[in-house]
Amino acid sequence: MHNNLIQIENLHKRFNDLPVLNGVNLSIGKGESIVVIGQSGCGKSVLLKHLIRLMEPDEGRVFFDGENIAEFMGDSLVSFRRRFGMLFQSAALFDSLTVAQNVGLGLKESRRFKDEQIDEIVIEKLEMVGLASSADKYPAELSGGMRKRVGLARAIANNPEVLLYDEPTTGLDPITADIINDLIVELNTRLKVTSVAVTHDMKSAFKIADRIVMLYEGRIEFDATPDAVRTTDNPVVKQFITGQARGPIQVR
Amino acid sequence: MEYGVQSIGRRGVNFINRTGGLCILLGRFFVALKDVPRSMGLIFEQFYIIGVKSLPLIIIISIFVGAVTAWQAAYQFKFIGAPLRYLGHMVGKAVIMELSPVLSALVFAGRVGAGIAAEVGTMKVTEQIDALDSMGINPVRYLVMPRILACLVMVPILVLFSDFIAIMGGLVISVLGVDISTETFMSGFRDSFKLADFRNGLIKALVFGLIIGLVGCYEGFRTREGAVGVGRSTTNSVVISCVLILVFNFIFAIILFRL
Repeated sequence: MHNNLIQIENLHKRFNDLPVLNGVNLSIGKGESIVVIGQSGCGKSVLLKHLIRLMEPDEGRVFFDGENIAEFMGDSLVSFRRRFGMLFQSAALFDSLTVAQNVGLGLKESRRFKDEQIDEIVIEKLEMVGLASSADKYPAELSGGMRKRVGLARAIANNPEVLLYDEPTTGLDPITADIINDLIVELNTRLKVTSVAVTHDMKSAFKIADRIVMLYEGRIEFDATPDAVRTTDNPVVKQFITGQARGPIQVR
Repeated sequence: MEYGVQSIGRRGVNFINRTGGLCILLGRFFVALKDVPRSMGLIFEQFYIIGVKSLPLIIIISIFVGAVTAWQAAYQFKFIGAPLRYLGHMVGKAVIMELSPVLSALVFAGRVGAGIAAEVGTMKVTEQIDALDSMGINPVRYLVMPRILACLVMVPILVLFSDFIAIMGGLVISVLGVDISTETFMSGFRDSFKLADFRNGLIKALVFGLIIGLVGCYEGFRTREGAVGVGRSTTNSVVISCVLILVFNFIFAIILFRL
């Protein structure tokens, strides 16, 4: 039995009167690897951003380690966020900084490490993602897959307890996508972190998840192990994982 | 009819939203000033990008501003029969009190304000600002404070340069084109020079710098919807900065230069 690290209660979010999250309830245990699946634009990334308070809910609460994250302010918000690492959909690397500076930025700005320590950590993390030789390159010189790997190295630089992955394999070729998946599995087991990934790539979901959650019409439609997802009779989940145009899911 | 009323209402709400947003960002900028000592590297980088790199453009426009002021003044003097020994007086006053601060600020809004809005806006739509937040780095301290501070410091310094160069431009045209001597031009300028005018011009420049930095950052932060959004923010930042500069210039004219 997992202890709940993250607890989402009745989360609502609207954009321009259009409901995106419509009462999401979800518990995430310590050390679990959860994958949230769902159609493009169904609110997966919005849900992920609420976990680290990059967005504020219209209604509902998110608890982290038993504390309501809406109550964090100033320094407590900074310390809370430092317990997370996040890989963004477009990797979100800083164009004006080199790969090494990107990975070390959070450490440098936290003022808890000396420059030599930061250099060591940066090289260690870049070696973990196989990019130590690209430390002095700029993001514009890297391919999509390399940028994601730098994004991963940056996400783990701070030794976070929770890793959030926003569409980690989107826009990559199948082989590079698989390399990223392997890397995520390796990092999750090696660093023993809790991880939450959102994706619509089912191959990736089956590979990295302990538990798969499907978001549909702003709510959690299905919550089960990957094996149970494969064999389910739920028509919504079935349509999604088999990629059928016809079925209960209407494409807007 | 209903559409018209709705449109006015929406514009009104937008205006209030923007004004409130600018005030909040200004407050957060002042709070972030406490972190100036630890952000010196970022601040000096912006001093260079925003200030030093604007110098060539400011020099070019100042030469022509001074030159055309002298030429137009001489033309009007001839028309009304005023003595040309007042040309230095006229050029000096016009440049120091109005032309240098206002034209430099307008050009600066186009070059620097647009650049800030485009850079911050691109960072917003590519999730780089979210990435800063997710790492516990305050984007106002990391991005906004160094940029606004650089505008605050650099616009008055550039206006100083502009004052000097525009007057030199006026002098050259007066000597070569209007055919008065350097001594006549300079004595007219010296006799009319008041330190208060010069100081008031710099106070205006300080406020214009604040407007340009603040509006550029704010419009950048408001950016949505990809490349189109970045384009819109860039345009908005220039338009809003220019309008505010001219409105505040009028307010300053009433307060600082009483009839």
